Amino acid sequence: MIEIKNIKKSFGDKTVLKGIDSVFYDGKCNLIIGTSGSGKTVLIKCMVGLFQPDAGEVLYAGNNFFDISNEQKKNIRKEIGMLFQGSALFDSLNVEQNVMFPLEMFTNDKYSIKKKRVNEVLARVNIVDANKKYPAEISGGMKKRVALARAIVLNPKYLFCDEPNSGLDPQTSLVIDKLIKEITTEFNITTVINTHDMNSVMEIGDNILYLYMGGKEWEGTNKDIILSKNEKLNDFIFASEFLKDAKTMRTIQETGEIPEGVKEELRDSIEENLNIDLDKDGFIGKK
Amino acid sequence: MFRTPENRKMYWKQFMLQCNDIGIGSLGIITIISVFIGAVSTLQTAYQLVSPIIPKTTIAQIVRDSVILEFAPTLSCIVLAGVVGSKIASELGNMRVSEQIDALEIMGINTKAYLILPKILAGLIMIPLLIIISMVLGIWGGRLAGNLSGIIDASIFDKGVLMDFLPYNVVFALTKSFVFAFLITAIPAFYGYYVKGGALEIGKASTRAVVVACVLLLLADYVLSFLML
Repeated sequence: MIEIKNIKKSFGDKTVLKGIDSVFYDGKCNLIIGTSGSGKTVLIKCMVGLFQPDAGEVLYAGNNFFDISNEQKKNIRKEIGMLFQGSALFDSLNVEQNVMFPLEMFTNDKYSIKKKRVNEVLARVNIVDANKKYPAEISGGMKKRVALARAIVLNPKYLFCDEPNSGLDPQTSLVIDKLIKEITTEFNITTVINTHDMNSVMEIGDNILYLYMGGKEWEGTNKDIILSKNEKLNDFIFASEFLKDAKTMRTIQETGEIPEGVKEELRDSIEENLNIDLDKDGFIGKK
Repeated sequence: MFRTPENRKMYWKQFMLQCNDIGIGSLGIITIISVFIGAVSTLQTAYQLVSPIIPKTTIAQIVRDSVILEFAPTLSCIVLAGVVGSKIASELGNMRVSEQIDALEIMGINTKAYLILPKILAGLIMIPLLIIISMVLGIWGGRLAGNLSGIIDASIFDKGVLMDFLPYNVVFALTKSFVFAFLITAIPAFYGYYVKGGALEIGKASTRAVVVACVLLLLADYVLSFLML
């Protein structure tokens, strides 16, 4: 479990995080969502120690990451896997070497054991026959999967994913989401995912934290989010065409009436398709 | 930067990789430059020494001392500042902007020690070796040019090269090469490691690193000459 308390971060005069509190649970996909510039990446970078917050605590199993010794920090970092937005694969190493890198750095296992483990995780992320390929020779989706394999090769306790679906087609995004979800559940990992992909939110969002202008605006599950009455959250999630229908359905459920704009759209569509005129109550009028 | 390495074997591997990149990777250009510098030195020195009372061995002596004292260490290192410096700055800059350095940090690796230190150490070992090769090839290039053009016979050139030879000049040249090696590797590493932005900034950082390294290299050349000669 990771707990963050009152995380604040500014860059010069610009305050990016305004005191964020939350808890990220084991075995769950904990999503941080929000518009671009809302502070998601800065929060995740504060959590993994790439940025030092101006105030607040990041507690890994109760230990504040910023109060412990370098040696303890190193030990926690060995338990962290991270999937970066741009994959961050090492250009000079091939797929196999990229995934093997953490094993080579932190274990004294024989090469055959390391190779076996690498093949295991590559198979886990559905990468086959690409061991000797370099990052420049594989697709964006494959890069993400290789990066995910590298992130999980040491069996991390904590998995951080910074926009795992950015730049990917919906089908590949779904594959990545499912993989992350499976791995999280299977190994009881505390997974923190930073995204603004609503498909991911609905698919794997066990616990969702919505950031707005650097502040925590809403927190809940993917079941709660669609029924939330938070206007800022609604503006964010219903900006997606896909979820507009869900909003309409929710309004009909709650009020028993079809919203005005939708009624007009529906009438225009019927008139156009059937070449008829409808009156204001929806009955067939004069042509 | 000087904390205990996470895994000595991996650091050694990285060091050897850098030795290969800096040393073997620059051998071609150093060979070409050195041979031509020596050759041109012989031709130009002979052109200027028109007096019949000056023995031909003087040409070889001038070529030898010019190559050892200045051409091999300084000119080669200016070229290396461009070749090696831009490579170091752009490699680290690319690693920074594509979050590869962040990925290493998160793994708990001391990135300064893992990425920068092997480059500096490899430079400190390989660049003086390249300079020694450059000295030899420079003098050989001068001998070859003198012989081919008929200006100075090879045996006379050899005699001149050995005449009044001061080993201290080699010590001076190697001292310079150590200092230059540090500047050529450390300055681009600094500019590359701390780059911010994207591809454009990597290019700018790379150019700035080479310019600063060259200027400091010339300044160091003057200071060392003043102090040691």
